[in-house]
Amino acid sequence: MFLLCLGISITVWFTLLFVFIIMPAVLGVSFGIRSFYMRTLLKIFEWATLRMELGAKEKNQELYKPYTNGIIAKEPPSSLQQEIQELRGSANSLRSEPEFEMADIFYFCRRGVESIVDDEVTKRFSAQELKSWNLLTRSNYNFRHISLRLTVLWGLGILIRYGVLLPLRVTLAVTGICLLLRGGVTVVLYVFRLRSYLSEKVHLMCYRICVRALTAIITYHNRENKPKNGGICVANHTTPIDVIILANDGCYSLVGQVHGGLMGMVQRAMVKSSSHIWFERSEVKDRHLVAKRLGDHVADKTKQPILVFPEGTCINNTSVMMFKKGSFEIGCTVYPVAIKYDPRFGDAFWNSSKFGMVSYLLRMMSSWAIVCSVWYLPPMNREVKEGEDAVQFANRVKAAIAAQGGLVDLIWDGGLKRAKVKDVFKEEQQKLYSKVLVGDSEDQMEDKRSEDGTPEGDESSKDPAEGQ
Amino acid sequence: MGSRASTLLREEEIEEIKKETGFSHSQITRLYSRFTSLDKGENGTLSREDFQRIPELAINPLGDRIINAFFPEGEDQVNFRGFMRTLAHFRPIEDNEKSKNPTASEPLNSRTNKLLFAFRLYDLDRDDKISRDELLQVLRMMVGVNISDEQLGSIADRTIQEADTNGDNSISFNEFIKVLEKVDVEQKMSIRFLH
Repeated sequence: MFLLCLGISITVWFTLLFVFIIMPAVLGVSFGIRSFYMRTLLKIFEWATLRMELGAKEKNQELYKPYTNGIIAKEPPSSLQQEIQELRGSANSLRSEPEFEMADIFYFCRRGVESIVDDEVTKRFSAQELKSWNLLTRSNYNFRHISLRLTVLWGLGILIRYGVLLPLRVTLAVTGICLLLRGGVTVVLYVFRLRSYLSEKVHLMCYRICVRALTAIITYHNRENKPKNGGICVANHTTPIDVIILANDGCYSLVGQVHGGLMGMVQRAMVKSSSHIWFERSEVKDRHLVAKRLGDHVADKTKQPILVFPEGTCINNTSVMMFKKGSFEIGCTVYPVAIKYDPRFGDAFWNSSKFGMVSYLLRMMSSWAIVCSVWYLPPMNREVKEGEDAVQFANRVKAAIAAQGGLVDLIWDGGLKRAKVKDVFKEEQQKLYSKVLVGDSEDQMEDKRSEDGTPEGDESSKDPAEGQ
Repeated sequence: MGSRASTLLREEEIEEIKKETGFSHSQITRLYSRFTSLDKGENGTLSREDFQRIPELAINPLGDRIINAFFPEGEDQVNFRGFMRTLAHFRPIEDNEKSKNPTASEPLNSRTNKLLFAFRLYDLDRDDKISRDELLQVLRMMVGVNISDEQLGSIADRTIQEADTNGDNSISFNEFIKVLEKVDVEQKMSIRFLH
């Protein structure tokens, strides 16, 4: 009797799975279930936040509001020189003698303490804080204000997420990966001519299943700008899932290090269906080798566009950090892509110092959903005629991606997540301040030159000094 | 992590900090969240390395001096109370505070206390005097390698000459206050904390 029930429930389960999820994935259609789910969830979240605010009011306490507008109001940035002139009050004309005021220290002092309270960089490496609670423990800051009703709702949420959604998603993920591995083998067996066509189809199918495994609700914008063969696709990096999100809509060649174990198997299988560029660990350091292989791949117009994440590390999707210039030196067309996740349904950012890959995937699969928007930007080329170098080109692309995705454009290096900032930047600040003290060295050079010149030149250069 | 922010800070503590520093309830919880995000060791205190991890502070020429201001004499860790006490110096001075209880001790963000904070940035050995050597060292920090020793020396000499009134070749706190009496300390040493 029990076995019968078990058998029936499993059959029902798999039938539902097949009809509603796998078939649409294979055929590429959608029932609209996911957008309905999304809208319902949003309504529930707003209600939850309202309840918490009421609860807090009753107890006469204040709700903790995350500092979405910043903890402090920062002045609009002005140069070091301007600020110190302001500090000194009166309009100072150029003096031949170096000028120092004890009050100068206030400038550095205030800037320093402002950066301790709220700086632009460290907050990019941890998950973004939300305005309204999304019924996940991991993003709750107001434990004390949860009423009974909310707790019940939260408990229900846990049941649904871990009891229904998680097993469903794991099943799908396993199916997707198996297909990916087998798909490679299957394709090899087919007629050589049809190989690329079929491998594309299999590839897209696998990624569609993976996308459903995460309940990722993706909106693609401007698909006419999709990357074409012989180019490089460049995107901002938030999580390893970025690859799945982009590969869901097109075939790309990935670049990366060769891994061992399961990842290695997946990598080798993927190579059978399309040409990816995997580097041995030792080869990664050799920049010329990397550049050559990328260049060769791009020159071959039958090969798919390469997918690169120039930031080099995962950032929390509120900003875009420095793009490494390597991919911009190759000299081919660059197709920028902006990816913006909606953090209300589940934070996609991978904080690699806090979570390993497995716990990250578990968190992803037990969130409500992963909602994101992908914008394909018009292709860009390096303006060699105007003397644009790789770094300037990289910054131009970065600015375009930041503008489209509504992200803050930062010049700081994402590597600061782990590494210390270079001393060069401190030396720049010191140089700027020295200029304020002793005047520009160029000004001093000009004074020297005019002294060697005509008598009129001499007098005119002496006058300002005497006038001080 | 956000979820620890308001649970580990008890109401009594928040009230005490409010009285001592004058920050509002929401400012204190937000600054506590910032404190915990800087505290990588998750042990409730910040070390000097935690501060140096902030890139914008690491490139500040006086970064080390500012970090030092947070740590009491001889200690290597600062807890949240100490953190808030130091930050309180940068609260803007509000008009209605001036008319409050005149017998109460001077608030941390008074003009005198702001000047004392700056004075201590110069006074490396904490002997309540800025000697020529100390001034030279701080100047060297601010300009790096871009100015020669002789020029820097003459700058230091001139500064001490202008400020020193009792002829002991060093600047005391009162002389420091006198030199800066025309500077708008209230505005320049204040940070606008949002509510």
